Amino acid sequence: MKITAQDVRYIADLAHLELTPEEIVAMERDLGAILEYVAQLDQLEMPGLAPSPLHPAAAALAALGSAASNSTLRPDAQRAWFTPAEALANAPSAGAGHFKVPRIISVSEGTPEAE
Amino acid sequence: MLADSELRTLDLDASRALLTGRRATAVELVEAFQRFIPAADAEVHGYLALSPERALQQARRLDALVAAGQPLPPLAGLPMAIKDAISTRGVPTTCGSRILASYVPPYDATVVTRLEEAGALLLGKANCDEFAMGSSNENSAYGAVRNPHDLTRVPGGSSGGSAAVVAAGTAVAALGSDTGGSIRQPAAFCGVVGMMPSYGRVSRFGLIAFASSLDHIGPLARTVKDAAAVLQVIAGHDPLDATSAALPVPDYVAGLEAPITGLRVGVPREAFGAGLDADVERAVRAAIEDLARAGCEIVDVSLPHNNYAIATYYIIATAEASSNLARFDGVRYGYREPDSRTLAEMYRRTRDHGFGPEVKRRIMLGTYVLSAGYYDAFYRKALQARALLTEDYRKAFTQADVILTPTTPTPAFRLGEKTENPLEMYLADIYTVTADLVGIPGLSLPCGATPAGLPIGLQLLGRHFEEATLLRLAHRYERRRGAATAD
Repeated sequence: MKITAQDVRYIADLAHLELTPEEIVAMERDLGAILEYVAQLDQLEMPGLAPSPLHPAAAALAALGSAASNSTLRPDAQRAWFTPAEALANAPSAGAGHFKVPRIISVSEGTPEAE
Repeated sequence: MLADSELRTLDLDASRALLTGRRATAVELVEAFQRFIPAADAEVHGYLALSPERALQQARRLDALVAAGQPLPPLAGLPMAIKDAISTRGVPTTCGSRILASYVPPYDATVVTRLEEAGALLLGKANCDEFAMGSSNENSAYGAVRNPHDLTRVPGGSSGGSAAVVAAGTAVAALGSDTGGSIRQPAAFCGVVGMMPSYGRVSRFGLIAFASSLDHIGPLARTVKDAAAVLQVIAGHDPLDATSAALPVPDYVAGLEAPITGLRVGVPREAFGAGLDADVERAVRAAIEDLARAGCEIVDVSLPHNNYAIATYYIIATAEASSNLARFDGVRYGYREPDSRTLAEMYRRTRDHGFGPEVKRRIMLGTYVLSAGYYDAFYRKALQARALLTEDYRKAFTQADVILTPTTPTPAFRLGEKTENPLEMYLADIYTVTADLVGIPGLSLPCGATPAGLPIGLQLLGRHFEEATLLRLAHRYERRRGAATAD
């Protein structure tokens, strides 16, 4: 499977990664090789086969009588959790009980926001 | 005063006996490890952080119980390391990544809470591949771990630090996580026991997510019995993990002594193909013969789609990783690249500088296979292949109670040997990835060594939620082998 530099830049943009020119070259090579390897799945005849469930032990759980409702949902009950100060303690920038981030809308003559 | 040589050979029973026999207090035990670890770990680099206050606080609690003549909890006095992918309140948790260099979790993973309630002493956090992505521990942003059996070789990964500290004796047991083999492969490379329980058996609440349909937490220890004792404590339903199974947990330790006569051990014919090291094959075949002598019935089974497992794994795991790792954006925790003009620029620069090359490669691959136009060609197809693999194992487990393979195709490879070729590194997981995809339990235990002294691992796989069968068989094999090597 051929991956171009343009493909790499498009995917990097979707993934919010700012790759350097050197990283783009390496990514072209590595992703190309890995995609070529995983293309072996095309050899499998799987028309109409249902995809695996997201819980890989789902069938076993059902057979063992663990009701799905028991194992997926907890009661919607109030309980103690982080205080606002604990939730903000790891923030790179916080103030007035909130996380602080740079501007969301770009401005043509803007200066970097204070962090 | 406890000698270093004694610390290196402790197991759970010996640690408890120190406390109950009043040979040492728990505080003395913790202090002995704290004195011993810095020098003993200097070359291995299995630890990323130590948690002395936390271990001492727990030790004082245990000493008070001993002084009051109270019964001790099941893991009382067990010195443990916790993989740095598992959250520990107040103790730095980096997941091997620069993007979490300054992160101090405000909560404990459920497994950590349970271990401490059971009396374990948490010595510190074990080094690992960044976000548990790797098979050699060379992807840690804080430097590679070295294999205690040969410092020029890798300990395996991604739980390389967890396996190395147990092998080196700088912890008696450890927790690791396994997404494609990350407990069993390093256990094999370092000559220790490592167990991945069934998907749903152990809560992942507080495990930093890599691939949510594949991530498991499990124990590493020097004996099967210690692995069983740790699993006993961490297993069981947790309302905080929606995937955790609401099933009763058997008494694993009590079950170790049950007979193995008549147990059907399946040997997949595909497991002894090209690429398998001759020393590994010899050791594994000898183990099969020994189990036959012990009264197991050896049966031939087939897993026809096993060759497709790595491809299936690298699509599903990277797809899930690209989604899970979207949370690392420099807003709520971790590293933020300064001086960005806009939010979008801050995301891109933070993630480019915060993530290492392998993590970026997997985010890119996962984003690609989920992107418009490729979802059916890659992701959906991989989920179908996963269903084929699941069916292979369902059939094989109608003929066999346990499936036996090598854990790895080779013994520990050299540092730097596979870093230039990601695909070659991925193939180190050929025997381990399918159990993660299928959700069944797997255990690796030592079954010999190469002439150069590198450990070789034997892998046992079981039906969903039948961990007890694997532990029982492994315990018996371990005892027979111990008796044989003692002759």
